[in-house]
Amino acid sequence: MISLRRVSTTFAAGKKEPIAAVDDVSLEIPAGSIQGIIGFSGAGKSTLLRNINLLERPTSGEVWIGDTELTGLNAEGLRRARHQIGMIFQGFNLVNNLTVVQNVELSLKFAGVKDPRQRRRRAAEALEIVDITDKTRNYPAQLSGGQKQRVAIARALATKPQVLLCDEPTSALDPFTTATVLQYLADINAEFGITVVVVTHEMEVIKALADNVAVMEAGRVVEQFPATDLLREGFSPTTSIGKYLVSDGISLNRRKHTSSETDFDAIVDELDAAGPEPGARPWDPTRARENKIFAAVEGGLR
Amino acid sequence: MNLQTIQARLPEINQAMLETFAMIGVAIPLAVLLGTPLGIWLWSHAPAGLKPTPKSHAVVSTVVNMVRSFPFLILLIAIIPFTRLIVGTSVGTAAVIVPLTINAIPYFARLVEQNITQLGTGAVEASRAMGATRGQIIRHVLLVDAKPAIIGSITITTVSFISYSAMSGLVGGGGIGDLAIRYGYYRYETETMVVACVLMVLLVTVVQYSGTRLVRFTDKRVTA
Repeated sequence: MISLRRVSTTFAAGKKEPIAAVDDVSLEIPAGSIQGIIGFSGAGKSTLLRNINLLERPTSGEVWIGDTELTGLNAEGLRRARHQIGMIFQGFNLVNNLTVVQNVELSLKFAGVKDPRQRRRRAAEALEIVDITDKTRNYPAQLSGGQKQRVAIARALATKPQVLLCDEPTSALDPFTTATVLQYLADINAEFGITVVVVTHEMEVIKALADNVAVMEAGRVVEQFPATDLLREGFSPTTSIGKYLVSDGISLNRRKHTSSETDFDAIVDELDAAGPEPGARPWDPTRARENKIFAAVEGGLR
Repeated sequence: MNLQTIQARLPEINQAMLETFAMIGVAIPLAVLLGTPLGIWLWSHAPAGLKPTPKSHAVVSTVVNMVRSFPFLILLIAIIPFTRLIVGTSVGTAAVIVPLTINAIPYFARLVEQNITQLGTGAVEASRAMGATRGQIIRHVLLVDAKPAIIGSITITTVSFISYSAMSGLVGGGGIGDLAIRYGYYRYETETMVVACVLMVLLVTVVQYSGTRLVRFTDKRVTA
């Protein structure tokens, strides 16, 4: 079980007011489940994910994995805890001058597996899980994007973690490769009972993979629901962002629009001329301005 | 061209080549040995580094800039007391090795710092997530990925300091560049100067060619 308790992460922004990337988030992720975290760019979902393994240390709040409070550990304790938390990234983050098998061995080396033969054997096992057995001596540059992500998954799995954090794991991949990678993640969850947390802006990923969904906006989790609800007839998320995310995606008006209908610049100018609303903060957590533009654009396209 | 002049100068040319090899052969390995950790330190203690210590970083960075901004000739003279302390003399080849090394360390450190900065943060971030220590990240990730770039930096440093070593004549350091200046420039022995220059060109060419080959051989970022 992963438990985030009132986690906030603020970033200093020079002389301006600090930016709250994660704002008082509490989230319980049952052991062995797949949790999806979805939201637009800048919603704070990646920061929240990085809060789980403390790559980004929360400014306040507690992070628990099982019976361990990660936020209460010293540097050495945290390092040890991280051996049990795998992570994969949008950009794969492999070491380019190491072969596939050497990359996977790296996580074992960091986890303190000293015997080279044991490292090699366990790396080979992990690569077998993601069906990369014939390219183990290749370098990352010789692999496709999907293969690189599978190597990254093997690297994360080699230490037999309890948790796998996935930061936009398929955002750099085409739909077919995405499906393949997601299938591996689903298999790993089913076979080893690893708790998987996936951050994404692609609703398809959530629909296909997640057990539970958390929708984020402006640093907050604004709603949560079981992913099976998405398949239910008549289900509609309560927040506008949730609704948008479950909609069929981008729909454009292909008829040449007149400037009065969708003059985005005019809309933005009008809002800017009106100035900030009374008492508005420089950074507006409700995104009133964005929402107005969004609504106006939506109206214009209809 | 007078072949006899060249023949007469051959022993001196030989000697000068040996002196150049001695200067470069000691200064560059020392610069790599000491400049690499300094470069890594500069990178990892920078405000956005692995272990930010902005104040001490600012101090070390300033010292590095100061040493680097000295023209080599001035440095050569300025640190004579230090040179005497280290090698016991302020003249000769050994005395030139000291300022060459002092100048080469921060030069090389800056190059290494750049080499590491250009790697990007992805693999470091992944390593932190895997629970690696800072030492492990430096040894197993940064130095591995930066190896081709660092070899390139060694090449650049060697070529630059072959040229710097020509100024060693000022303190009787010798070397092939000094030979070209002494015989070619001061004594109008064009033949000797030409031979010395050709040797320097050859030396630089060999260094650059081997360096480039080695970089290509070690760099796995692009498929061959």
